[in-house]
Amino acid sequence: MKIALTSLIVALISVISLTDKHAPVLQEPQDEYQVEKGRENNIFAEDNENCLVCHGEEYYQLSDTAQDKSERRIMPSNYYVDRDEYYQSNHWSFGCLDCHPYDFEKFPHPTSARLEEPFHCNDCHGFDEQYAHYHFDEITEEYNESVHDDIEGFSCWKCHDPHSYEITIRTSENLEETILYDNNICLECHANYDKFQLLSSRDEIRIVSSHDWLPNQAAHFKSVRCIECHTEISDSLLVAHKLRPADKAVKRCTECHTSNSRLLATLYKFQSKKIRNDAGFVNGVILNQSYVIGANRNPAINMLSFIIFGGVVLVIIFHIFMRLIKK
Amino acid sequence: MSNRIYLYPVWIRIWHIINAILFLVLIFTGIALRFAGQENAVSLIRFDQAVAWHNVAAIILTASYVIFVIGNAISRNGRYYRIKKENFWTELIAQFKFYAFGMFRKEKHPFPVNEERKFNPLQKISYVLAMYAGMPVLIITGFGLLFPEILIQQFFGISGLLITDVLHFSIGFILSVFLIVHVYTCTLGQKPGTLFKSMMNGYHEEHD
Ligand code: HEC
Ligand code: HEC
Ligand code: HEC
Ligand code: HEC
Ligand code: HEC
Ligand code: HEC
Ligand code: HEC
Ligand code: HEM
Repeated sequence: MKIALTSLIVALISVISLTDKHAPVLQEPQDEYQVEKGRENNIFAEDNENCLVCHGEEYYQLSDTAQDKSERRIMPSNYYVDRDEYYQSNHWSFGCLDCHPYDFEKFPHPTSARLEEPFHCNDCHGFDEQYAHYHFDEITEEYNESVHDDIEGFSCWKCHDPHSYEITIRTSENLEETILYDNNICLECHANYDKFQLLSSRDEIRIVSSHDWLPNQAAHFKSVRCIECHTEISDSLLVAHKLRPADKAVKRCTECHTSNSRLLATLYKFQSKKIRNDAGFVNGVILNQSYVIGANRNPAINMLSFIIFGGVVLVIIFHIFMRLIKK
Repeated sequence: MSNRIYLYPVWIRIWHIINAILFLVLIFTGIALRFAGQENAVSLIRFDQAVAWHNVAAIILTASYVIFVIGNAISRNGRYYRIKKENFWTELIAQFKFYAFGMFRKEKHPFPVNEERKFNPLQKISYVLAMYAGMPVLIITGFGLLFPEILIQQFFGISGLLITDVLHFSIGFILSVFLIVHVYTCTLGQKPGTLFKSMMNGYHEEHD
């Protein structure tokens, strides 16, 4: 009884004193300068209302000043821009016309404006020291080798919604919400055939049935991101962007369910780094926010159990020996 | 002259063999899960199969455990598990001394088996601890891992899942050690095979 209790207590204490050699190394994160986001801090907020009277509402007024006629029309949900999300996004401080041609001030919008090529992320972020730690160039290289790049009309903006994208994993306090955010990016198309069809004439891919080999699918999709299995691990990027074709995706359970889990180099990358800096031990995130069978190995507990086990076997061998010679 | 007492009713023998087999399956697959994918570990079974076998064996084990508890609550077999407070430690130490020294000096068994006493004090306490302390915790934590949504999320800043996992592994390990000691002490009967025979035919046999 006492032995059992003691070993339990030792076991619990040793949880707190974890060490692991397999932690990934990532460059020092820059001190994020804190900006006060929000509509009230955007100097273009008034101008933006010229667009948001229509795009920020579920209905808009279709009017003809010449005939003095006006009717309510529905704003298609694809063209809806949510004010709250917009003013909390990465690009919260922009006016609509910083990215969109001035021709959009006319309505109906001229076709030339509608077909104008949008900016690329690197037009603004490339070669900018302030964003160097995001590695836009490397991300672009990886994206250029990914499955989506071959699709006509695909771009960074398809995953990074221009009006709501917000850095999440880098600043994450809550891993579960981050996973949900990141997975919803993919499900935007992969669970919405209407949107998927804008880019492909392929038959619908049903995510649930194409992943039916994965047990506890719901639990998995809540605790890992799609990109954990579908991208190639990158040493320098926090979020790997090289999406490989489906037949190259991770299917082996033990890629994750083992001590040097690939999750340490993907999902837990930033956190394991941060926690090692802050508190001097790694694996803290795996331990504190999630639990992965096989990955949560604790060397101290394992060592303790080998010692106890070995001790018991020795005692038994000694006892057998005594029985034999005292027969 | 030999003296036969019927001590192991059929149901406990059936329960015991099922329990023993399931336990071995659980230990084997449990090790495969815990040490999954390590280069130095022998992977005798695929991870997803280990998960499936571990779950199935655990669910049957739970059912068989319930039968054990109910069986001992309603049948006469239960009285062998009742621990009396008086002389608890002295009897335990006496039995321990017998295993450690007495038996090598050909001393007489301090607690011979009879109708009223199937287990010696050491057997009794280890069976009671294993069956009424270890097993419930093992089963509850196991179900916690199977249905993580029922667990407390955080406990003093440590994940509820993690604590559950550590408990599950620790108790599983302790019961595995119990199993080894248990099987070994079962060879300490009159002859090494006597107790195993009893567990098969139901009769405790004593030869003078
Ligand atoms: C009178 C309401 C109204 C106003 C004001 C308005 N839009 Fe639009 N806009 C629409 C509607 C309706 C559509 C849907 C496409 C269509 O039917 O022309 C649209 C489509 C768009 C599109 C998508 C074009 C495409 O084909 O991809 C963009 C971009 C756009 N508007 C930007 C703006 C910007 C920027 C402003 C402000 C300068 C603005 N709009 C002001 C109603 C409006
Ligand atoms: C950081 C640049 C940027 C800013 C700022 C911006 N947009 Fe956009 N917007 C884009 C890009 C790029 C697209 C095309 C997205 C795509 O191809 O999927 C787009 C598309 C649109 C569309 C078409 C529907 C859609 O979502 O694809 C509408 C409508 C629109 N923008 C309205 C607005 C309004 C209104 C504002 C101001 C409140 C605004 N935009 C501010 C970059 C921006
Ligand atoms: C028109 C120029 C422009 C384009 C195009 C643009 N950005 Fe930005 N981006 C900015 C500016 C300016 C900021 C800083 C906004 C602020 O906080 O005031 C920013 C902020 C960000 C941030 C947050 C940086 C931080 O440290 O807070 C990220 C991440 C980001 N952009 C990613 C992207 C991605 C991905 C794309 C392409 C899909 C993109 N940007 C396209 C100009 C741009
Ligand atoms: C298939 C979807 C997808 C595409 C396409 C994509 N990204 Fe991303 N990107 C993501 C996801 C998911 C994240 C993680 C978002 C988060 O949680 O912060 C991300 C994060 C980022 C980040 C932030 C990384 C960090 O260190 O915090 C940058 C910068 C970025 N992407 C740039 C780009 C650029 C540039 C392109 C185009 C060349 C691009 N992305 C195309 C899915 C995509
Ligand atoms: C804007 C829509 C869109 C988004 C967002 C999107 N995808 Fe895709 N995805 C597609 C389309 C379209 C295809 C190509 C289908 C085809 O082969 O024509 C595709 C193909 C794929 C393939 C290759 C399938 C195969 O058969 O090889 C994978 C894997 C994939 N996507 C995963 C993801 C992941 C993971 C994310 C999120 C990080 C994501 N996608 C985000 C539209 C999208
Ligand atoms: C545990 C790893 C894993 C996760 C997590 C995962 N996938 Fe997959 N995915 C795979 C594998 C492996 C395949 C290939 C399946 C096969 O060949 O049988 C695949 C196939 C696909 C395909 C192609 C299916 C087809 O029928 O052609 C798409 C699209 C896809 N995944 C998208 C996603 C999206 C979106 C998510 C997130 C919601 C996701 N995956 C999460 C491993 C994963
Ligand atoms: C991309 C990494 C990854 C891969 C690949 C993966 N898993 Fe998991 N698995 C996880 C994570 C993370 C959890 C933790 C889920 C949670 O927090 O409940 C988990 C949990 C589980 C659980 C416990 C679920 C629960 O309810 O607690 C089982 C069982 C499991 N995985 C089996 C498998 C099997 C079998 C495979 C291979 C077919 C597999 N996993 C592949 C990451 C992975
Ligand atoms: C290969 C595995 C096993 C073997 C060979 C084995 C052998 C035996 C033997 C010979 C007995 C009769 C001796 C006695 O009454 O003390 C016995 C009884 C018992 N064993 Fe086991 N055992 C095994 C596994 C287990 C396991 C895994 C457990 C529980 C987790 C267990 C629990 C018990 C209990 C509770 C009794 C007493 C049953 C009763 O009569 O009421 N055994 N075992």
